[in-house]
Amino acid sequence: MSTPHGHGQDGGHESPDFAGSDLVLREGDATPEKFQNPGFGPHRPRKGDVDPAANKKSERQVVALFAISILGTIGFIAAYFALRPGDTVTSMRNSNLALGLGLAFALLGIGLAAVHWAKTLMNDHEKFEHRHAQRSTDTVRAEAVQALKDGAEDSAIGRRGLLKGALVSSLALFPLTIALPLIGEVGEDWNINKFKRTLWARGKRIVLDPTGQPIRAADITIGSVVHVIPEDLDESEAPLDEKAKAIVLLIRLDPRDIVSEQGEGWSYDGIVAFSKVCTHVGCPVALYEQQTHHLLCPCHQSTFDVADGAKVVFGPASRPLPQLPITVDDEGYLVAQSDFHEPVGPSFWERLR
Amino acid sequence: MSTTTSAPSRGARAAAGTADYLDQRTGIGTAVKEFARKIFPDHWSFLLGEIALYSFITLLISGVFLTMFFVPSMTEVHYHGPWPALDGVEMSEAFASTLRLSFEVSGGLLMRQIHHWAALIFVASIVTHMMRVFFTGAFRKPREINWLVGFILLILSLAAGFSGYSLPDDVLSGNGLRITDGVVRSIPIIGSYLSYFIFGGEFPGHDIIPRLFTVHILLVPGLILALIALHLFLVVLHKHTQYPGSGRTNANVVGYPLFPIYVAKAGGYFFIVFGIIALMGATMSINPVWNYGPYDPSPVSAGAQPDWYMLFLEGSLRLMPGGGTEFVIGGDNGFTVSLNVLVPAVVVPGVLFMLLALYPFVEAWATGDKREHHVLDRPRNRPFRTAFGSALLMAFFILVLAGSNDLIATHFHLSINDITWVFRILFFVGPWATFVITKRICLALQRKDRELVLHGHETGQIVRFASGEYIEVHKPLDAHERWLRVQHDAVRPLEIEPAEDSRGVRRPGYRKDRLRQRVSRMFYEDRVEPVTPAELESAHAHGGGDHDSLGSVHQEHAQVGASAPAGEPAPTGGGSRLVAPVDETGDDVRKK
Repeated sequence: MSTPHGHGQDGGHESPDFAGSDLVLREGDATPEKFQNPGFGPHRPRKGDVDPAANKKSERQVVALFAISILGTIGFIAAYFALRPGDTVTSMRNSNLALGLGLAFALLGIGLAAVHWAKTLMNDHEKFEHRHAQRSTDTVRAEAVQALKDGAEDSAIGRRGLLKGALVSSLALFPLTIALPLIGEVGEDWNINKFKRTLWARGKRIVLDPTGQPIRAADITIGSVVHVIPEDLDESEAPLDEKAKAIVLLIRLDPRDIVSEQGEGWSYDGIVAFSKVCTHVGCPVALYEQQTHHLLCPCHQSTFDVADGAKVVFGPASRPLPQLPITVDDEGYLVAQSDFHEPVGPSFWERLR
Repeated sequence: MSTTTSAPSRGARAAAGTADYLDQRTGIGTAVKEFARKIFPDHWSFLLGEIALYSFITLLISGVFLTMFFVPSMTEVHYHGPWPALDGVEMSEAFASTLRLSFEVSGGLLMRQIHHWAALIFVASIVTHMMRVFFTGAFRKPREINWLVGFILLILSLAAGFSGYSLPDDVLSGNGLRITDGVVRSIPIIGSYLSYFIFGGEFPGHDIIPRLFTVHILLVPGLILALIALHLFLVVLHKHTQYPGSGRTNANVVGYPLFPIYVAKAGGYFFIVFGIIALMGATMSINPVWNYGPYDPSPVSAGAQPDWYMLFLEGSLRLMPGGGTEFVIGGDNGFTVSLNVLVPAVVVPGVLFMLLALYPFVEAWATGDKREHHVLDRPRNRPFRTAFGSALLMAFFILVLAGSNDLIATHFHLSINDITWVFRILFFVGPWATFVITKRICLALQRKDRELVLHGHETGQIVRFASGEYIEVHKPLDAHERWLRVQHDAVRPLEIEPAEDSRGVRRPGYRKDRLRQRVSRMFYEDRVEPVTPAELESAHAHGGGDHDSLGSVHQEHAQVGASAPAGEPAPTGGGSRLVAPVDETGDDVRKK
């Protein structure tokens, strides 16, 4: 093992000559291909190893840290009884803060004490162990192979093709007993055609979400946007499932601004109705920009132009939001002309089937 | 047990009695003898995996607490409690019990916040631990299997985080589930049925919360526990890797014994990790679901962010342009394929994760190295790997940023469309630029190492010779300093046998070999090799005279393939003048 030379000493004694180099060369031999590992470096003593006072100080610090932990636990218990969550936001916050700080001190005290103890007081001389290759020796391998051969021999499976086949088949088939009912039942009725229908139908009243108030055309001013649902949504079998498909945005435009619609006569006096479910991955499209007639989905920023048949003007969606054909009934309330003419929401494999 | 001559104390006698009882029934003495003083190397970067383990234990402790009060049910109830804003509002029992847990159970909010922060730290520590393993080559033989175990743990941690995030059934997580539904539906052929499989019928249905609960508290943590056990078993079996340094070889492991050093350090570290998470839970609010409200399919909040580890998926979805990416195959009533969802949400993460999982095997194939490695690489000594890993990280990072493009837009008053376009371009340019720059930095650092080994430290001492020439004195490195910089192997591209044998017959398998050689060249063509004793001897022989610059010329020869700009003057580390390297580019280094 070579010793480090010159390091940390006064460099003034150095000469430009490298005679003092510790390069290890074999005499009269070719230079080695690679450098040799110089072996372990010198051990640097810690302050506590040479100075008993520093050692004692570290010990006191460790004790103090454990004491902080004990105080933390006591503080936690005190806070539990003294500061109940109560009924106000402030009391809840205070309870959370006091309990949390007590817990944090209880834990950090122990942790820091243990680590400080290990770093300053425990023996810090590095030790080493030898490693062994992971591979088993050839003898062990041969014995392992022999053990398997012996076992196979004992099992009497060799040359019995039918037995092997029966074993493999039964093992392969039996998981069906668990998988079949699981897969059969887990998707309810597996009727994916439900994706294609909503509660909207001919004459279905358009009502406000969530109050259920029916709407007259005159209630909506130009430039405003209203979140609506079909009437009697709550009386359907699965209201949340139906609502997830049937949510609609009513927007009143100046009729002169309408560039195109998805169907002839689908709007009513400048009021257009579009599915609120984004055609990208289904987030509710909720941000309306009055000046540009743009609808923006806050999830992935697909942008639709409601004056132009809700065509995509930016973002990851590739289809317009489906338009709901609307009109007014005899009493002057807004109603749907029919259901949507295409499935709402994100695309799926069977969308057009 | 005690070897002292004095009579053993009562405590010592009790300990000896217990030990004897256990050993007679389990033979535990053998295990204690084997493991008590087992050596583990020390380095701060080895703590990253420990953070993952300890944050997982924190998750188990706080999670058990939460299960006592949380009700995983989607039955609708009306809320009545101390939170006035939601009084009388209809919500699922899951959401109502989350409110009760937060407001009425003492310590409940603390445990919820600890659980959520611990989850974020759990995934973050897994990712950083994986970066450490990647950049130091700790995945090399014999640890490839453990790399895969770790990779699966990463995936499971994402599953655990996602399933837990959705449990409170608030508006944010509900919209997260809705996005999941949209993504699942885009999968060709089985997509719609997969959606029914997950939600027990149509979205949102009545099953998802109880199902996610079972996944979150039983299935995923059970698998994580089992794989952590396997992960740690393999660490003990292989013995921990160590950084290069004096005395450390592939045949030994240098460090400190498990008992007492790591019992104290690692045990203490658990309390520190838990303590810091507790501090975060006490002082930093996270996921205040009472401000969002219960899930309803209609409302959505702008500027909402998922947990950080899901941001890359969100970013990927946001970046993909939609126009013209949806196709119908098989006529007007054919099947719909929407690439605008499939590519960003399934293909992009699939490719990123596959590259991560398979990298060790590709590298081993390109290196043609069958030896065991227990001494870690310094990242600079593997320029391709370091550059590749950095590029992968950059791609991930750009997607994460893209997932926050709306916040960037509102905070910096920028157009969201412009930001999206910048990220679209950056997603392709950024990783490439990162690769090139990182590789250059690695090669430059290697050259610096060579420089230092050949010429030593600058001392700042100027000597004047009788001839009037000035030079700066360089102090050579001592053996330990030098070893760190010359210990690694020079990995060179694989050589393959020629396409035709001596009789001109084309040999089978040549095409495969040629591909392998190409990949190998991609990895190792550009390289800077470590200084050999002969080079150092030569540098010293020349440097012993009036200046040390000639050694530098020699060094440039050794850098063939490192694409040092030939003919350009290179500084020679404080020599009295600059010496232009002689251009001798060629394949001579490999023929040696």
